Amino acid sequence: MTPEQAVTAVETVTAVIDGVEVTVPKGTLIIRAAEQLGVEIPRFCDHPLLSPAGACRQCLVDVEINGRAFPKPQASCTMPVENGMVVKTQLTSPVAAKAQEGIMEFLLINHPLDCPVCDKGGECPLQNQAMSAGRPESRFEGTKRTFEKPIHISSQVLLDRERCVLCARCTRFSNEIAGDPFITLNERGALQQVGIYENDPFESYYSGNTVQICPVGALTGTSYRFRARPFDLVSVNSACEHCASGCDLRTDIRRDKTLRRLAGDDPEVNQEWNCDKGRWAFKYLTSRERVKHPLVRGADGELHEASWPEAIAAAAAGLKGKRVGVLTGGRLTHEDAYGYSKFARVALGTNDIDFRARPHSDEERDFLAAVVTDLKTTYADIDKADQVVLVDFEPEEESPIVFLRIYRHVRKRGLAVTSNAPLSSRGSKKLNAKLIKNLSELSGLTTQSVILIGERAAETAGILSAAYEIAQSTGAKLAWIPRRAGERGALAAGAIGNLLPGNRPVADTSARVDVQSAWGVSDLPSQLGRSTSEILEALGDESLDAILLGGVDPMDISADALNKLLNTFVVSLEISHSSVTAIADVVLPVAAVVEKSGSYLDWRGVARRFDKGVDDADLRSDLRILSILADEIGKPINLPSITAAAAEIESLGAWDGAKVSFTRRAAAPASTDEFTLVSWRFLLDLGSLQQGETNLAGTAKKARAHISAATAAKLGVTEEDSVVISTDRGSIELPVSIREIADNLVWVPRNSEGSQVIPSLGFTSGAVKVAKR
Amino acid sequence: MSFTTDELAVMDSIIARYPKSRSAIMPLLHYVQSIDGYVTARGIETIAEKLNLATAEVTAVSTFYTQYKSEPVGEYHVGICTNTLCAIMGGDAIYDSVCDHLGIKKDQTTADGKISLERIECNAACDYAPVVMVNWEFYDNQTPASVKDLVDGARNGNPPAPTRGPNKLRTWKENSAVLAGISDGLADEGVQAGEASLLGLNIAKSQGSK
Amino acid sequence: MSTLTPVLSAHWDESDSFTIAGYKRHGGYDALAKALKSTPDEIIALVKESGLRGRGGAGFPTGNKWSFIPQGDNKAHYLVVNADESEPGTCKDMPLLMANPHSLIEGIIIGSYAIRANHSFIYLRGEVVHVYRRVQKAIEDAYAAGLLGKNILGSGFDLELTLHAGAGAYICGEETALLDSLEGFRGQPRLRPPFPAIAGLYAMPTVVNNVESIASVPSIISNGVEWFQAMGTEKSKGYTLYSLSGHVAHPGQFEAPLGITLRELLELAGGVRAGHQLKFWTPGGSSTPMFTAEHLDVLLDDEGVSAAGSMLGTKALQIFDETTCVVRAVLRWVEFYKHESCGKCTPCREGTWWLVQIMKDLEAGKGTEADLTKLLDLCDNIAGRSFCALADGAVAPIISSLKYFRDEYIQHLNQGGCPFDPIASTLFETAGA
Repeated sequence: MTPEQAVTAVETVTAVIDGVEVTVPKGTLIIRAAEQLGVEIPRFCDHPLLSPAGACRQCLVDVEINGRAFPKPQASCTMPVENGMVVKTQLTSPVAAKAQEGIMEFLLINHPLDCPVCDKGGECPLQNQAMSAGRPESRFEGTKRTFEKPIHISSQVLLDRERCVLCARCTRFSNEIAGDPFITLNERGALQQVGIYENDPFESYYSGNTVQICPVGALTGTSYRFRARPFDLVSVNSACEHCASGCDLRTDIRRDKTLRRLAGDDPEVNQEWNCDKGRWAFKYLTSRERVKHPLVRGADGELHEASWPEAIAAAAAGLKGKRVGVLTGGRLTHEDAYGYSKFARVALGTNDIDFRARPHSDEERDFLAAVVTDLKTTYADIDKADQVVLVDFEPEEESPIVFLRIYRHVRKRGLAVTSNAPLSSRGSKKLNAKLIKNLSELSGLTTQSVILIGERAAETAGILSAAYEIAQSTGAKLAWIPRRAGERGALAAGAIGNLLPGNRPVADTSARVDVQSAWGVSDLPSQLGRSTSEILEALGDESLDAILLGGVDPMDISADALNKLLNTFVVSLEISHSSVTAIADVVLPVAAVVEKSGSYLDWRGVARRFDKGVDDADLRSDLRILSILADEIGKPINLPSITAAAAEIESLGAWDGAKVSFTRRAAAPASTDEFTLVSWRFLLDLGSLQQGETNLAGTAKKARAHISAATAAKLGVTEEDSVVISTDRGSIELPVSIREIADNLVWVPRNSEGSQVIPSLGFTSGAVKVAKR
Repeated sequence: MSFTTDELAVMDSIIARYPKSRSAIMPLLHYVQSIDGYVTARGIETIAEKLNLATAEVTAVSTFYTQYKSEPVGEYHVGICTNTLCAIMGGDAIYDSVCDHLGIKKDQTTADGKISLERIECNAACDYAPVVMVNWEFYDNQTPASVKDLVDGARNGNPPAPTRGPNKLRTWKENSAVLAGISDGLADEGVQAGEASLLGLNIAKSQGSK
Repeated sequence: MSTLTPVLSAHWDESDSFTIAGYKRHGGYDALAKALKSTPDEIIALVKESGLRGRGGAGFPTGNKWSFIPQGDNKAHYLVVNADESEPGTCKDMPLLMANPHSLIEGIIIGSYAIRANHSFIYLRGEVVHVYRRVQKAIEDAYAAGLLGKNILGSGFDLELTLHAGAGAYICGEETALLDSLEGFRGQPRLRPPFPAIAGLYAMPTVVNNVESIASVPSIISNGVEWFQAMGTEKSKGYTLYSLSGHVAHPGQFEAPLGITLRELLELAGGVRAGHQLKFWTPGGSSTPMFTAEHLDVLLDDEGVSAAGSMLGTKALQIFDETTCVVRAVLRWVEFYKHESCGKCTPCREGTWWLVQIMKDLEAGKGTEADLTKLLDLCDNIAGRSFCALADGAVAPIISSLKYFRDEYIQHLNQGGCPFDPIASTLFETAGA
């Protein structure tokens, strides 16, 4: 043992459980020490990630310490193991066995035993443990407690109170883990029940976890209720495509149809939780808007279904030998992004590729290549942080599992959080975050501090530079957390104009040689590629002839992006019909997450692999299609499969040569406009992967315009009024919310019902007019 | 409709009594009942806002305690002790007769809004059984006839005075304010002790004089 | 005949006994002045030595409880008085607070000084408005007299005292539930450890004491340990309030040395009501297993009552004569526990729900003897299995009544109903009302 190990060595205690000696870290609860021996003590309220409750009393065991027996059985979920402890569970103690049987009988007297129609049937801890720990027959001859059932505690969660065993897992989760105590135990005694305040539904971004940890069928998800029996489902391991948090998920499929998704168990990332978007936004997979067959625009100007060979030929004809730009969206896996990256360089001979289908800057491009590609900050750094700084990053809205991790430490140990934001969001209130307007206000940063930068930092000149400089001077750890799942992988794959795969600068000859030899090509373009906005400009002035788009919504980029696509040759690889497929010349349908395998690189840069769950011969991965298309063009990229791409990425490895340099940009001058619009997205909004999820949408935050009290007074409005926010392009009208925000700012959600700022106002931030409606 | 500025200021003064604001939730609920007569939606929402809690958290507390009412009660809320000792000593008979007399049952209010009934648990006055509480004032050693007079008097605006309490019975709302800590200045009214409380003392004195 | 020892109740017959003037007239607050001249540790030692045990039901030595508070820890300490008196039959603290609130306040100041608390609380049950008025006025007067607030009696000791009304929940008499309630949560018992002495109110070291326990402290300071120890029995020292209620000629409060018997108390109270005989009684509230006439000579101290198979509890002696149906009495108690179960743990919440249904059937004469066996087995599955002691209290009357009156249960079953006339046991039956 090295001295360092000695310092971190865990103090252990040794006890005997059912006659077997067990040594565990001090503080380990009996119920978990028993698990290590393979002894399963029945339980309901116990959950390893929640504070002990000792409420259900199902886990009673006999305990003695140093020969002194407790006079009555003890709850093994609340008592830590001690040296000299002798524990007898139901396996070796008739008293414990009778105690457990008695508790189980009590739990069942008021349970409806409607297992045949209950969603939990077949995977129900109550059902299972009633079989293992209960009496063969009930002695209850009385009247069962009944409640009106079910009640909607939100549009996506239903509550059957009579099934509830009042274990308080859901209420503890909501309070302790999510910080959203919107469901509580109400009433008292035999009438105690889970409930909400009647006017405030259970609208927590994490509400689905309560359904998952409910040990009975009391909480069910509206979308899954009465849809399946657990034993008819096939589960596949999956990763979440909705953001860069990196959640491990399980997807349950019946006859090639995804019926539900559950949080997987990854202690380093999402622990056992996920957000409601990750859990409940998957109807896009089976949407009627899915593109199922290739489409080619005919001479009549309309799109027609075409065979794959026809469509590939049409696409190749439009791209071959042309000056083509490539834009990819945030849904791409690492492997698919690699396919686009290679396709651009090899098949199209260009570096004009950019994955940033959103507001972006050259400062950001340099920052990504020079800094982000090296970042190795992880969740564990948040666990150890002495301070967390959020830079243009709203974790609850933009990376909800990162939020849970920060919140855990705020709650547990008062972790200090500072947020560079114009407005205190609900999330930053939960984090008790100190708001700053300028990074120069930061203080006390150490090498233990963590600076988390959001993708919106690209929208203000100088922010990334300042954050980087602060990290450099203080030694604080830096992380860049994009909103979308695919961006970090796309960066690694070189789906950006200044990098080749593996973080190789395009301008670096030896880096290019590296890639050339791996790809078996003689030449690679060396000119810095165009950015997303430059590509769109180039289409406009005809310095580009065509564009290849993979999963891009032009409205995420700018108001006129779609217009730029109108008079050019467009090849669109898409899951569903969209504004792009409507104007494309060739549409090639692609497989979505459960229909293919692959991986996302989460914000840490760590691969989150997922398996294919559904076989659909018509749906191919982007990668496979690009490989066929490259063959047709005559410049093969030789990536017939995900496996092939993964192997090639692996063998190519990461660049260890000189990085792109990052030169500091000056801060943007302070705005002198009367009103400046600021915005970010809500987690649940009009995002394309949430389409059709009406139950989920029902819990989305409603859009309001946030202004200061002084501004409200100036405009003569109260929270009962609405304001009109306008630019030359258009306007949005929203009810007012008076908040602490600078007098010259107005905040609105970026892409919510009634508040879609890019199409309506033309930008995500800038000068606007604000007036009382 | 929101509470008045004065009412909100009283709420702030209640919160100021405690080292941590959440502790004020119970007196605030009593205070809401002193204004609205029961725990209203505006009461829950205002308390939640004042204490920086979710409305569900306030609901969780208000529904736990029997004294907080989710529906309006009468101006005179009559609680008949039907716990074992009082019930046996006559509480059951009193309850039955007052129900008959008023035409209402427990947890109901007369149509004129004057009287509501509750079967209450032991109210710490067993030596005065059977006990009836009106607006949480003691009416000791009751009979069906005395309670009939009591509720009739209350309906006519002239209830008899509590046995051990102020000289005049106050309304439900007025007494709720007392429980919120808003003094009504009546502490000095009424007896210092009832007869049963003095029993041992008087015997001791007679022992001493023997 | 045993001698009564009115201490707390000594001046309740004076019409201003509840005022600060009335209290001071008989040496009130002299003990405080005396205590403030000692060190806190000396006070704790004195109370320990006196043998004062908690008067709220559990009988834990008060001085020991105080000594568990870590000293010099630079944390806020709290003294919280449990005035939530709600155990059926218990009726001593409310008359004490109505007639003599200053004895409690004086005890609180002394106790707070001893445990180094600068903020104390009285958690008073909410269903006693006039008691609230009296205590609130007493606190105001104590502040005005410089007995609370900053630099009490020039000693440099500061104390704030806050009166807090409960809102109708028996469980808040359980000390950790009381603390949760006082912190603004649902009054459900907390997991222990940590115990309140380490992490109580606001997670700070806290002592929770019953009203009578704290109110007894000034008399010990004033009169000395020997005076106190001269009363009572070997392990249960001092005087206490015994509350007689029910079918006795004269119900009321009796302050007597610990260890008096019911026979003696009944004699003082004029016996069981005229023309009737004692059937069963509780020594200390409904949670304490019932006794019968065979227990008339049990010494009413912790040891004596425990040895006879029950608990001293709150010394709430509820007397029932032969007109009383024990099944009806027990049913009503079980209904109480069902109503007051906080709902947190399964055996209490579900068990009391079930017990009420069975007891209702039994009272109505429905069922068989096998149901009595089932009933006892359910009690066995509840007792000692629940989160706190409330459910133990719920089964105590069932088990003890079946022990002494099993035949009466069977009589209900044989007869298909209750053999008793409920009117016969009312107070006004004999009064002719």
